[in-house]
Amino acid sequence: MILLPLIGAVAAVALWWGVTRLFHIRTFFLPAPPDVVNAFGNQRSYLLQESWQTIKEMLLGFLIAAVGGLVIAIALAASRTIERLTLPLFVALNAIPKVAVAPLLVVWLGFGSEPKIVMVALISFFPIVVSTMAGLTSTPTDLRELSRSLSASWGQTYLKFRLPWALPQIFTGLKVGITLAVIGAVVSEIASPQHGLGAVILLSGQNLDTPLAFAAITLLALISVALFYLVVGVERLLLPWAKEIAQ
Amino acid sequence: MISLVGVSRTFKTRRGRVDALEEVDLKIGEGEFVAVIGRSGCGKSTLLRIIAGLLPATSGQVLVDDAVVGKPRKDVALMFQRPALLPWRSVLANVMLPAEIMNLPRAPHLERAHRLLATVGLTNFEKRLPHELSGGMQQRVALCRALLAQPRILLMDEPFSALDALTREELAVELQKIHATLRPTTVFVTHSIQEAVLLADRVVVLSPRPGRVREILDVRIPRPRSFSHNAHLDEVAACSAELRELLLA
Repeated sequence: MILLPLIGAVAAVALWWGVTRLFHIRTFFLPAPPDVVNAFGNQRSYLLQESWQTIKEMLLGFLIAAVGGLVIAIALAASRTIERLTLPLFVALNAIPKVAVAPLLVVWLGFGSEPKIVMVALISFFPIVVSTMAGLTSTPTDLRELSRSLSASWGQTYLKFRLPWALPQIFTGLKVGITLAVIGAVVSEIASPQHGLGAVILLSGQNLDTPLAFAAITLLALISVALFYLVVGVERLLLPWAKEIAQ
Repeated sequence: MISLVGVSRTFKTRRGRVDALEEVDLKIGEGEFVAVIGRSGCGKSTLLRIIAGLLPATSGQVLVDDAVVGKPRKDVALMFQRPALLPWRSVLANVMLPAEIMNLPRAPHLERAHRLLATVGLTNFEKRLPHELSGGMQQRVALCRALLAQPRILLMDEPFSALDALTREELAVELQKIHATLRPTTVFVTHSIQEAVLLADRVVVLSPRPGRVREILDVRIPRPRSFSHNAHLDEVAACSAELRELLLA
């Protein structure tokens, strides 16, 4: 199971290493894997500290996006009026390139971690809303008729039928959202580089310390893969039936 | 107990009006088992949904004990072509669903759920999830769920039609037994002559487009009836032949 992806990763690193050796590429241009490992070894506590900063922003922002996305999707799916009133607005907001908003968030929220958390929330919010809405409106006719025939209240219909039915699609949204969260965090850290791996990448790039930038990028990749599979793991644990109804 | 008075239903589609049911009159007695049979598109499912209060009639009314049915009643249970089980709930939790939704006392209904599952041979499957069960077992679970809250009226919409032939026969025989003991007033929509003859006290034959009552046939074959060799094979054959003629006419 884990063997094939591992072989793929090892092969990619080997190819990268081979290329740097074969063409004598200079370290500041493209560092070889050992240079990156050394950079990580030399600045371990610095990198881990900044990673933790980025992870905190991502998790907090993602949490806000998940809770907010769920609530708003439920409101949108509950009322056609609310949907028509606000959905085009959400679509328009989502269409704005988030990079353009990053400096504004700094103006509004300062240089702390708040603008970063807000950026993460903004960027991962939309896919969660869209997939939750899709899930909530996909309840099969049978189940809708069943809940009506049992005279279930609005709340019961949501809690016992529609929301659980939507969970697999909600998780699809969460998976997209968590991968976007990394992008949101890095974009905002580059716009206001005090802390976090985005700041490390920007500053080390300016100093031509490419191995350090690569070490930070590698950490980012590892963090996003880990968080993605964390969501997948929670999904498998909570929804062992999800695969069955997908067929 | 149930009376339909001049029930008609038209649907508006893009191509104009479709008359699904026209002036259906029917009286169903307490504890009676009535099969509604007709070819596809004759409005039999529509009829069932109108009785269930899920769909309003365009004109005419449905009365249960002289009360007009305008919305779903709590003493009416519904069973569909597909099991419609909640995939995240265990078999037992699926059967308990009506008790939860109607806020009925848990303990006695839990006991009843165990008993119902035992009568359909699913005691060892109570903790399983629906996808781990075969189609026939899932439909048995749906039957238990429908019976949990001791409904006075059971409405069934081609409940066995998605199953293989042998499982259908098995389930029909089980339903006959259950009906004999619990005696809910049952309306059973089907397109299977065999099922109608096995189960029903009376068979309502609907003509297609618009759905009208063509004939109501009494089935006077003694119970318990079965699909295998028995003393009443001639009567079964005669009744089936009559139904077939009515359906093809």
